[in-house]
Amino acid sequence: MNTPTLRAGPPALEIAGVRKAYGSVQALNGLDFDIRQGEFFGLLGPNGAGKSTLISIISGLIRADEGHVRVLGHDTVTDWRAARRTLGVVPQELVFDPFFKVVDLLRIQAGYYGCGREVWPWIDEMLERLELGNKRTAMMRSLSGGMKRRVLIAQALVHKPPVVILDEPTAGVDVELRRTLWRFMRDLHAKGTTVVLTTHYLEEAQEMCERIAIVDKGRLRIVETTEGLLNRHPFRFLTLKLADGAAMPAHLAELVTSVKGDALELKLDRERHPIASVFAGLKAAGIEIADVSTREPDLEDIFVELTAKPAPGAVS
Amino acid sequence: MSPNQLGFYTLLKKEVMRFWSVLAQTVTAPVLTALLYLLVFAQALQGRVVTGYDGISYTQFLLPGLVMMTVLQNAFANTSSSLAQSKVNGNIVFLLMAPIGPVEMFLAYVGAALVRALLVALAMLAVAGPLVGLPIANPFALLAMFLLAGSALAVLGMIAGIVSTKFDHLAAFSNFIITPLSFLSGVFYSVHSLPPIWFTASHLNPFFYMIDGFRYGFFGHADVSIWLSLGWTAGFFVLMAVICLWMLFTGYKLRK
Repeated sequence: MNTPTLRAGPPALEIAGVRKAYGSVQALNGLDFDIRQGEFFGLLGPNGAGKSTLISIISGLIRADEGHVRVLGHDTVTDWRAARRTLGVVPQELVFDPFFKVVDLLRIQAGYYGCGREVWPWIDEMLERLELGNKRTAMMRSLSGGMKRRVLIAQALVHKPPVVILDEPTAGVDVELRRTLWRFMRDLHAKGTTVVLTTHYLEEAQEMCERIAIVDKGRLRIVETTEGLLNRHPFRFLTLKLADGAAMPAHLAELVTSVKGDALELKLDRERHPIASVFAGLKAAGIEIADVSTREPDLEDIFVELTAKPAPGAVS
Repeated sequence: MSPNQLGFYTLLKKEVMRFWSVLAQTVTAPVLTALLYLLVFAQALQGRVVTGYDGISYTQFLLPGLVMMTVLQNAFANTSSSLAQSKVNGNIVFLLMAPIGPVEMFLAYVGAALVRALLVALAMLAVAGPLVGLPIANPFALLAMFLLAGSALAVLGMIAGIVSTKFDHLAAFSNFIITPLSFLSGVFYSVHSLPPIWFTASHLNPFFYMIDGFRYGFFGHADVSIWLSLGWTAGFFVLMAVICLWMLFTGYKLRK
């Protein structure tokens, strides 16, 4: 992935002590983290974790009960005009105004941010790059879901914000459009835009994001570089096919996490269960190995493990 | 923080474009409806209703009231339908995430509603005015009543649009508040012809003062003093504006 130089100056997003409750439900419970300028940042979490609530607080749609959020140093409550001018948000839902054509909608959106005709060439360029050039005069309600999704992205970018949040931009889109959007996001990031991505497609986060925060039940579970997240976990996966349909010895059977046909996948702690000890155990039991392969944990494995454990300080 | 002038102008223009794109529904239809009322009521009641205005026929008496009633209903409809629709569709988020302040939003929505109200008023007067022969005694009173009354109902429409979470709620506002108050405001009759209890009740209806003051602009006299009409209308506008601006500043029903 492209890694443009991170810029000095205030964080692109500063989230400090943010809490939000809906009645008795604590949606956010003291979130604290920063996103640096120029980062491609992933915000992950299971459904109901509080990601959408956090994005709504950042964008001004919801008011936090406690804490503050700053966008490039501008407080979203006390300096809301400047904060909103520096931010573009692509909402998760396909919402649109049905009364307007695509190009008019984008020009209106630009006007909301104080941008006049000087951004019209940029709007035309975005329409071409998002493969909407032949739909500029189409009514929004006549577009397919994928096209509407692309218009939403263009709407978030009309005023050329330095910080962009994309809330599940590839949800429900086909593979080809997903790749188009990935290319577009990479290009955006390469030009210095800070990109914050939420997604349930963990391979997308692993591929695109330099640093990831995992939120669960309103609390921050971890914030780490993607590489660090993948490396810090002390396990790997070993897949074995045993010769002659032999059964796994009892002391090794507890390490088996999945069975697919005759292939057994073992989850091995690097310190406590080195691969050599597994091979030695099988040899001692007189069992021959027909096939073997290993894989390193991916983000999905780490995500599942982290969100399965209770958060520190959480009451279950 | 300096205001977002282009943002205000864009929102105003967008709200005008919104009703302009369906002109048949937003302007032509209300004008036709009002002219039908004029035709039917004039035919049915000409010569049978005492207006209390010497030298003024019933049809002449009826037209200003119908124009103002249409102004009020359309000013209300423009803001209420726009806000309710964008909330139900979800696209209001684009406005709420933009650096557009509460005052800018307020002025843009009211401004667009006044443009639509002006179009319907001018269309009705252009068609029916020459046929009926309507004098204009006090154009300043006409303009003042139009602006105050149109703005008041535009703001009431904003309140209705903000409070409503479904189109049923909006319909309830229209069916149980706007329409009854419009019809019980002296549009079709002089309030002096009412029994005492309804005469008193009419004087508690702000729409009565809007209709009566507007009529004063044409005929130079009305059921009550023009200053009372202006006072009531301005007071109603201020009350609605305070409530609406409070909603916009606090994010009531717009931001959680």
